[in-house]
Amino acid sequence: MGKWNVKFKMKDNVPNNQHSDFILSMIAMVCSFLVAGIFILLVGQSPVAAYIALFQGAFGSVSSIANTLCKSVPLMFTGIAVAFAMKGGLLNVGAEGQLYIGALASVVLALKLPNLPGFILLPVSILFGCLGGMVWGGIAGFLKAKRGVNEVIVTLMMNYIAILFTSYLVNGPFKAEGMVPQTEVVPTGAAFPKLIPRTQLTVTLFLAILVVILVYLFLQKTSWGYEIRAVGENSSAAEAGGIHITKTTILTMAISGGIAALAGISESLGTYGRFIDNFSPSFGFTGIAIAVLGKGNPFGTIITAILFGAMDAGSMRMNRVAGISASMVNVIQGLVILFIAAPQIYRILLAGRRKS
Amino acid sequence: MNVYHVELKEITKRFSGFIANDHINLSVKRGEIHSLLGENGAGKTTLMKILLGLYSADEGSLWIDGKEVHITNPRIAFQLGIGMVHQHFMLVNNLSVLENIILGQEPGNVSLDMKKSYKIVQELSTKYNFALDLNAKVEDLSVGMKQRVEILKILYRGADIIILDEPTAVLTPQEADKLMKILHDMKQQGKTIIFITHKLNETMEVADRITVLRNGKNVITVNKEDTTPEELAKFMVGRDICFTIEKSKKKRGKPILSIENVKLLPQASDTVSLSVHEGEIVGIAGVEGNGQRELEEIILGLRKYKNGTISLLGVNINSMTTKVRKDLGIGYIPSDRHKRAMLSNFTIADNYLLGYHFRAPFSSKGILKKREVEKHSKDMIECFQIKVSGLHQSIGSLSGGNQQKVIVSREVSQNPHLIIAAQPTRGLDIGAIEYIHNQLLRLRDEGKAILLISAELTEILKLSDRIGVLYKGELMELKETDEYAEGEIGLLMAGRKAGIGTNG
Ligand SMILES: Nc1ncnc2c1ncn2[C@@H]1O[C@H](COP(=O)(O)OP(=O)(O)OP(=O)(O)O)[C@@H](O)[C@H]1O
Ligand SMILES: [Mg+2]
Repeated sequence: MGKWNVKFKMKDNVPNNQHSDFILSMIAMVCSFLVAGIFILLVGQSPVAAYIALFQGAFGSVSSIANTLCKSVPLMFTGIAVAFAMKGGLLNVGAEGQLYIGALASVVLALKLPNLPGFILLPVSILFGCLGGMVWGGIAGFLKAKRGVNEVIVTLMMNYIAILFTSYLVNGPFKAEGMVPQTEVVPTGAAFPKLIPRTQLTVTLFLAILVVILVYLFLQKTSWGYEIRAVGENSSAAEAGGIHITKTTILTMAISGGIAALAGISESLGTYGRFIDNFSPSFGFTGIAIAVLGKGNPFGTIITAILFGAMDAGSMRMNRVAGISASMVNVIQGLVILFIAAPQIYRILLAGRRKS
Repeated sequence: MNVYHVELKEITKRFSGFIANDHINLSVKRGEIHSLLGENGAGKTTLMKILLGLYSADEGSLWIDGKEVHITNPRIAFQLGIGMVHQHFMLVNNLSVLENIILGQEPGNVSLDMKKSYKIVQELSTKYNFALDLNAKVEDLSVGMKQRVEILKILYRGADIIILDEPTAVLTPQEADKLMKILHDMKQQGKTIIFITHKLNETMEVADRITVLRNGKNVITVNKEDTTPEELAKFMVGRDICFTIEKSKKKRGKPILSIENVKLLPQASDTVSLSVHEGEIVGIAGVEGNGQRELEEIILGLRKYKNGTISLLGVNINSMTTKVRKDLGIGYIPSDRHKRAMLSNFTIADNYLLGYHFRAPFSSKGILKKREVEKHSKDMIECFQIKVSGLHQSIGSLSGGNQQKVIVSREVSQNPHLIIAAQPTRGLDIGAIEYIHNQLLRLRDEGKAILLISAELTEILKLSDRIGVLYKGELMELKETDEYAEGEIGLLMAGRKAGIGTNG
């Protein structure tokens, strides 16, 4: 985030403090619940009852907690994937496409090599899926580095290609018997073990937390991570410091794509055990919000992802018990973004006025 | 009673515990040029930003024409007729001069009357002899011209208190002379001017009164007639400054850098060849924009060159990346430090890593050793007397001089064979300049090869063993410093070879 928020900071430019930044995110969160509460009041319902139902739906029982966590896992992956690219000064809005490619690649590999023992098949499938995401993200990095094409446009376009391409494959060559456009179920060896029986939660939760922490350590504690951050902060200075801009840009986008792919892999090899057409409810785009709110710090990313997962998980109960449409959580999530973006927008406007 | 035009009373400003302005008083008379002096980090910019409403003071008050004012944002300052030319221009490059000047001027008045504005701006421009083409794109202008656009912008808005923050740091000597005239003209028109500079000769030339700050405190306010440059220097740094340097004569060793037949500018008709040897400083003089930037970037591999060869320690480095070149032993102090040398929002410690982030002891097998980096940063800060409030302060919040000290110390600390020092003392105070000059001479005496590229002729003459002059991308001459006749370099800088007459 460094580049984004500090650029517009005109007053008392103290080095940005990640903790106070994250507290800002939390305040935005609270504000949006308050504002959404007013909406609920306006339609003649009780916001308190609605939020209690939402909370119970998200954390009320073991299975609802499992459901919340299950929904937050792909968001952790896409959130940290986008945050990673942001540190390198790149905006990856293509996590959605990258996760589709990753998911299908991993499933296809698992289906093609059913005879391998599980302890080999699962890692190999994961790696193959990541590779798919890396290529998908890397293409945007390559075009940016070599041709100067804006990565936002390329990644956005490639979302459509990925979604339609995987859709074609799962409606045609890889389609399982039956009406539903989906693949066969992967061999048990290639599926992530369940964490809690009779829920959809798998060990991918630990994988996600591990990846978030590793990404943070990679950026902050390694020389390669330093190169990525330096390019994100000031590529001309990084270049004069001997950092290879082209290589770093491609690498950043490839890694970001590889991490985003894990969101799709964890869904298809974990939650569903197969690739299903159109399985992602915009995990990739929600990931952008998670990255902005989580401020690229590991704790913030995990918490934000869980909060978003909780809202999704609890919305059904809120609908059933309090009679509030489940899409109210989309309103809340939208408001959070608005509140977070507002100071930014305000600063931009102010800076514009100052300049003139 | 004598009422001052602008008065700052007992202004105090703290940055997370660090006091940048400590009960500062500044009184400026109507229609005078008031020069604000002080070392890097003395608090000059901070004080002016308070007057402009960019920072809010923790204590103290602001007075205009004897009335207290509360300037909480730049809009109010603007309404009170205060305008500032920042050291970093805030122009929109791909707009024309005129568009930049009238941009955002009239809120509400959406349909801009370009013809009318053109006339007003043109009148202003002629009045002060700006010689500006109002239809030119800003990106095509020289630095000095851009600065005039900034000044014109302020005048157009009717400012009568004009603050200039180190305006001459980026100018060629000719442009600086022109600016001095402009300041003088503005004074004649009754404008009040606050002029920040590090160059005492400029102060002595145009200022009426002078206020000196040191470490965020007032030292003195004097009339120009009552002081001397030597005295001012002493007020600024709190000790005597040595204006001349004793340079030991030394035999130069084997060549470190050789450049052969490299073309600097596409329009240059000739190529450049030069070498820098162990234990010598080769100075490259010349008006900026004659290939200096190209020269430094070509040596570092930041810019492609078609023909010619560059070798370092006898090895051809033509096909090597910047990283390999630096690893072979080049320390690089770029002319544009904000663009090429600083990661502004990174901490000071992280800035010491730049370029050395894969080297022992800062990194082992790709893992960064934070403690080593911090230890090194502390050593450098102490050794170079860099004023910081902590290692985790961002380098962007340091004063200009201290930023440069961080960069210089970073680039010379890793024992390079060759140092490319481009405009190494731009924007620095006299104390810091003296320090960096001494460092460069020490490095030379240690046997390093130094290529000094500078627009400051005095700096070149003072430090160099040999001097070359760049003009339109060509090397006019390269010989021992004492072989030059008086005034010869100046002529070469203007493209004239002595004795042969004009050629260009
Ligand atoms: N935003 C900030 N946050 C923290 N410290 C700051 C900030 N701005 C300035 N400082 C500190 O305040 C001191 C005064 O800085 P200032 O920029 O006013 O110096 P200056 O006199 O203009 O120096 P120079 O001649 O180098 O431009 C410096 O030590 C600087 O590190
Ligand atoms: Mg300053």
